[in-house]
Amino acid sequence: MAELNTGDGGGKDGGKVRSKKQNSKVDLTAMVDLAFLLITFFMLTTSLSKPQAMNLGLPDKETDDTPQKKIKVDERRTLTIILGENNQIQWFHGLLATPIAGPKAAEYGKNGLRKEVLKLVNEVPQLTGDPKKGLIVIIKPTKKSTYRNLVDVLDEMAISGVETYAIVNDITPEELKLVQPKP
Amino acid sequence: MAKVKMSKNAASIDMTAMCDVAFLLLTFFILTATAKVPEPITVDTPSSTNKTKLPTDKLVVVTVGSGKENVFFDLKGREIRKRTLELMGDKYKMEFTEEEKNQFALMEGFGVPIEGLSQLLKLSSADRNKEGTQVGIPFDSINNQLKDWIYTARQANIELNPDGEELQFALKGDAKLQYPKIKKVMDIYQDQKINTFDLVTGLRGKDY
Repeated sequence: MAELNTGDGGGKDGGKVRSKKQNSKVDLTAMVDLAFLLITFFMLTTSLSKPQAMNLGLPDKETDDTPQKKIKVDERRTLTIILGENNQIQWFHGLLATPIAGPKAAEYGKNGLRKEVLKLVNEVPQLTGDPKKGLIVIIKPTKKSTYRNLVDVLDEMAISGVETYAIVNDITPEELKLVQPKP
Repeated sequence: MAKVKMSKNAASIDMTAMCDVAFLLLTFFILTATAKVPEPITVDTPSSTNKTKLPTDKLVVVTVGSGKENVFFDLKGREIRKRTLELMGDKYKMEFTEEEKNQFALMEGFGVPIEGLSQLLKLSSADRNKEGTQVGIPFDSINNQLKDWIYTARQANIELNPDGEELQFALKGDAKLQYPKIKKVMDIYQDQKINTFDLVTGLRGKDY
């Protein structure tokens, strides 16, 4: 036990013997506190310092000699999101020439893009009449958009449960015009 | 006077056993904790709500910094690193000594052209991570060393684990990077038919 022998009660026949009444125990409370603090620190840092990873699967790159397969997709299923500079987003549902909704600006986060995406996630299976034919999101990052924008939108897809989405790099001039700052 | 006899011992709990346990646990956590390796560049990764952890072994991480051409290459796994360096040496007709290979195996990510690699290996770990020492791996169309590093890493992995698991790939980019630059690195992955890779992100707050 953590007690220190202080040699009390050793001199019965001495003149002045001050026998200490208290056993001088070392108080370990502070030490235990410290130890547990350090334990907590190490526990948290070891498991939390590992970075998160977002898995991204991309389609095979098309080379010029691969036969082009045109897949016709119902335009009612597509939502196109254009990422512009200065964190702005433009989205439209359907084709740009004949949009079902939009093109409209939106913000990142739960009050902006999330609402629109979630709405369409619920609406599209009803429109097509087939629960398997859900929403298809086409993400078009422009040259001025940042990596954070892309990750934010990809994250949005994961949150809203959009299963089919694609990052498309060819942007038509009309689409580009949407995110261009107005003079 | 009737004196109430107080017990001489103060009513304190004996902490010894608790202290022992606490320090035992502490020792355990310190020993199992992996020391954080200093990175040559600090990258402010974008955050996501994703909770999947990055694998720690058999992983290639290409870090794209916010500088002009700052691309760093990191490969986890000592044996693979060593073999990768040998294969890269063969490819670029360069000889690396055994000591340099061992140094390379223990090193963290790096970002120098292969011509400057032995110079970098001579430096101490602290000097290596000084700003301006590592300029990035060239990855333009004339001198695409990054592509070769990825390719040889895969080669080394196949040699060392003929029927083992495949190498994983990750991309770590600065949040403020412009999309075309990150796209360039994605293209290098995709040119080698690596279509699935991880984007390294930080953790986002709960109410996002």
